[in-house]
Amino acid sequence: MTLITVERKVLEKNDVIANDIRLKLKAHKIFSFNLLSSPGSGKTSLVERTIAHLKDKIRIGVIEGDVQTDLDAQRIDLLGVPVAQIVTNGGCHLDAGLVRDALSKVDYANLEILIIENVGNLVCPAGFDLGEDTKVVLLSTTEGDDKPLKYPAMFRNASVLIINKIDLLPYVNCSVKKIKENALAINPDLKIFETSCTSDAGISGWCDWILAQANQ
Amino acid sequence: MHELSIAQEIISIAEQYFSSDEKERVKSIKVKIGKLQNVLPDSLEFCFNALIQNSKMEKAKMVIEHIPIKLECKSCGDVSEQEGFLFVCIKCGSSKITVVSGNELTVSEIEFEDSPTNQEVLP
Repeated sequence: MTLITVERKVLEKNDVIANDIRLKLKAHKIFSFNLLSSPGSGKTSLVERTIAHLKDKIRIGVIEGDVQTDLDAQRIDLLGVPVAQIVTNGGCHLDAGLVRDALSKVDYANLEILIIENVGNLVCPAGFDLGEDTKVVLLSTTEGDDKPLKYPAMFRNASVLIINKIDLLPYVNCSVKKIKENALAINPDLKIFETSCTSDAGISGWCDWILAQANQ
Repeated sequence: MHELSIAQEIISIAEQYFSSDEKERVKSIKVKIGKLQNVLPDSLEFCFNALIQNSKMEKAKMVIEHIPIKLECKSCGDVSEQEGFLFVCIKCGSSKITVVSGNELTVSEIEFEDSPTNQEVLP
């Protein structure tokens, strides 16, 4: 019997590409974030609101990730910002190789902010570095306040939590206080925003944070 | 189902350590999986077996070493295993902790059967 010691990271190939993306974005002083959530919690709506608030102040580009269709890219395109759609054809997460290919389509060198909207999924995308500056996890009030405890890796790896659809709080059995308690138990350093993409509540605060990051 | 991507990467890394002729001798590939990696062992094993099916490597097994979450407390210095996913010190309750283990996702070892010897078969 022969034994060979390997000790190599399984995702090393992804990580090499992600680091290359990170260096390129840094060289162009672009602030980037990877937007993550379960399907239907409002990622694309938040991106639309964010663009509406910021597009006259700063140059934004978007990479959209979906299992099928370019519907999200069509929505973003209507707002007049550069957008590239990644269709994973069944893949449950974006990886750095897909983002590298999409980057060439958004003329990234002229951007100041890059938003990468991941495939709707609170599990699989958590472990894949895309070369972003930070991960932003979005949780809507319709999903329930126990989600941080059920999907800890996602909340642990993110630096920002957005609690979305707060306009629906009177109609759903969900406590924002509990979401915060549960999320902070997983990740005490989370920066938390409460938003509604319907009423626009909280969007200014979120956008101020983005501007502050981009200007650092 | 990110386990399929992970299984592909495991095989791709392992294949850098043997030639095509040596594939039949691969007995096992050992991987370390931290509890924080969200990897479902049964799914990973299923994907691994599906990928090597009908190949020269089809007899190879994947051996998974599960790595628990271990936290080091910056307040009291305790290092303990954390059963759940709460990132607080189990001794003093402080949230000033660092994750010592649980993030692993590595190919650690490859085991081979010995080469067949040229022994003569007795009649």
